[in-house]
Amino acid sequence: MPKITYIEVTGTEHQIDVPCGTTIMRGAVDNGIPGIDGDCGGECACATCHVYVDEAWLTKTGERTESEEALLSFADGLETNSRLGCQIRMTDVLDGLRVRMPLGQH
Amino acid sequence: MDAHVMQDARAAAYASPLDKLDVSEPTRFQNDTIWPYFERLRKEDPVHYCTESQFGSYWSVTKFKDIMAVDTNHAAFSSEAGGITILDRKVEDRTPNFISMDPPKHDDQRRTVSPIVAPANLANLESLIRSRVCTILDSLPRNETFNWVEKVSIELTTQMLATLFDFPFEERKLLTYWSDVASTGPQPGQSMEEWSKWRDPILFECLKYFTRLWNERINKEPKFDLISMLAHSPATRNMQPREFLGNLILLIVGGNDTTRNSLSGGLWFMSQNPDQLKKLRDNAALMPSAVSEIIRYQTPLAHMRRTAIKDFALGGKQIKAGDKVVMWYISGNRDDEAIDRPNDFVIDRKNPRHHLSFGFGIHRCVGNRLAEMQLRIVWEEILKRGLDSKIEVVGEPERVLSNFVHGYSALPVRVAA
Repeated sequence: MPKITYIEVTGTEHQIDVPCGTTIMRGAVDNGIPGIDGDCGGECACATCHVYVDEAWLTKTGERTESEEALLSFADGLETNSRLGCQIRMTDVLDGLRVRMPLGQH
Repeated sequence: MDAHVMQDARAAAYASPLDKLDVSEPTRFQNDTIWPYFERLRKEDPVHYCTESQFGSYWSVTKFKDIMAVDTNHAAFSSEAGGITILDRKVEDRTPNFISMDPPKHDDQRRTVSPIVAPANLANLESLIRSRVCTILDSLPRNETFNWVEKVSIELTTQMLATLFDFPFEERKLLTYWSDVASTGPQPGQSMEEWSKWRDPILFECLKYFTRLWNERINKEPKFDLISMLAHSPATRNMQPREFLGNLILLIVGGNDTTRNSLSGGLWFMSQNPDQLKKLRDNAALMPSAVSEIIRYQTPLAHMRRTAIKDFALGGKQIKAGDKVVMWYISGNRDDEAIDRPNDFVIDRKNPRHHLSFGFGIHRCVGNRLAEMQLRIVWEEILKRGLDSKIEVVGEPERVLSNFVHGYSALPVRVAA
């Protein structure tokens, strides 16, 4: 099963298994990893699953969707490697993915 | 709540012919009998057209997932075309602000305001809020009945707003006053002209006052208060006075009676559900979850309105371009297909943050984390002082006559010495 490492803003790392097809957001929320909220339940409706994808992995996660882009445009600390975790589904290609959480979700 | 009143409401809700059901009647929000009406719509006609009401014809969207679908589709459902409340107001009478704008103008203005209530700045505000909360809680009268709404909920949120605007602290009651005026609709029997004649001069005074503060700050170095930020940001520094007033009112109203009503509601719910209060007392880690549950259970804004700008099929119905569409957050937050046991106040439920009170999509409440922080600090300080076992709600709450602002005008409370 592919693994993701979630890195808190403090630097604390959490590495967990996330099944193929499960979103990064769902992986964090279901495993109690602090720093990702997912208030809308994964509908690309709130931007509280904002993550920074490690540069080495960014292109492998694909492109932002149009609705993702709209919401991210309001996110605090928006960077070029910002994504919404609910829009990235795990695949074997993403095994070893590293993502950083922002200071806080908004 | 009187069991007979509830029973009668339930009977009336189910006796009415379905096509005559009009959930917009403000008195039911005031006497707290709205629930069976929304329950029936969710079950029998989740996307429901009401042909005749005091607000004209409108669609009611009552289920969580349908509300989400409307809220996130700003291309089909405009906030600008008809404003965001069920009450229609002519464009020239509305104060323009970004809650009732569509992209791209909405986006520029929201992005200007958003940083002040972003997590980074909230950390800066926390100790000031806490010291204000401590002062308020420590000066509560003992062994006498008082109104929690006045002495705590209004006082605290007003102080918070004064801080955000860096508004002269000793004049902060003006903020509550202007907010209440701005959110008071025409009274029963009052014409739109009479209402405007009462309201406009007062809001003009509000504009004059803030314009003075703006003029003082635009020539100084930018600071981290809302007025300074609006005055210095390229997106907003050339705002027309009506737009400036509109955005001020948005920030005052948005940050004012909503948080106020969650503060009052939280105390009411805990007093009605002492087992939940005990859970919180026994496990401080439940605080964030308890705060979200208070906000869900209260749903400080009962609805948000959109105007369809395209034909759209929803819940098996055909919404036509031009139709008024009302998202009843207060109903969606009690939808048992989205939320488990939604009519129960449960502070440690699963997915407590999954509620509609802040809305979703690009208009999602920009102050949501600030609201949560205020609630958290209040309850932390209540528990720290052991006030939770000393505060007694001694009478029924009085609710506001409004189908928009869902809140309280009075909550009689007594604190033991």
